[in-house]
Amino acid sequence: MSGVKGTAGKQAVLVLGCPQVPVQTSIALYLAAHLRKKGVIPVIAGNRAARLNAEVSDPDRHYTGEIIDLDRFIEDLAADRRKYDYYFIFIHNDAGISYAATVQALTGVTVVAVIYGEHFKEMAAEIEFPCEKIAVKAVHNPMPLKKKIDEVLPWVVSNL
Amino acid sequence: MGCVESLKYEIILRGASFKECREYVRTHCSEYYDVQPGFHIFEKAVIGVPPISIGLDGDTVTFPYTKPCYGTFLMQIDDHDEAERIRRTAPRKKK
Repeated sequence: MSGVKGTAGKQAVLVLGCPQVPVQTSIALYLAAHLRKKGVIPVIAGNRAARLNAEVSDPDRHYTGEIIDLDRFIEDLAADRRKYDYYFIFIHNDAGISYAATVQALTGVTVVAVIYGEHFKEMAAEIEFPCEKIAVKAVHNPMPLKKKIDEVLPWVVSNL
Repeated sequence: MGCVESLKYEIILRGASFKECREYVRTHCSEYYDVQPGFHIFEKAVIGVPPISIGLDGDTVTFPYTKPCYGTFLMQIDDHDEAERIRRTAPRKKK
């Protein structure tokens, strides 16, 4: 693991939405892999379907690590039992915005909104709370979102 | 108290935006409280874009409930103890 100065041992949580948009799982694994290369430990939070997609796609946990239930993740944040260094919230619908706003309000830190899907522009425009937005149309083809993440991730890891 | 979904509830709005839920509560409920995400309703941290408006009409609690795959529902549940707990613990009464 090469790592980036100052990131070793830090934890990032990837909060997944409903896996109905095909690119979600591939981008989550891609992001987890790149965070690992930077020395950041990824944790995935999602509902049962999102967790199973990640687990089945990465059976030996090369990219993912700890995978936790979405409700437990929120309850732990609300009770101040657990904190992370980076928060990536996957958003393709209104529920995703609600989760991002909730994480931002509970932590007070700048979250990274990973916005994709058919309605990415409307979703991005709905977000009025402070956050970093990675927004691009990506539904079946993950490459536009992958390219955005490649551009932004070094800055995110160094500055948030 | 068990899971919200195991309680007897009525769905007021289905697939609503957080703004629609807030407006409905503020317009239709006889009293409402603005709470932050993480405030507990029926032992579950509420999800949403703050301020989240929770409505009360006597013992009827009206609140948003978000599920990742289905979006946000505005639900009503009759529960005297929970309504009184919200009146005691919610930070700001708005109406």
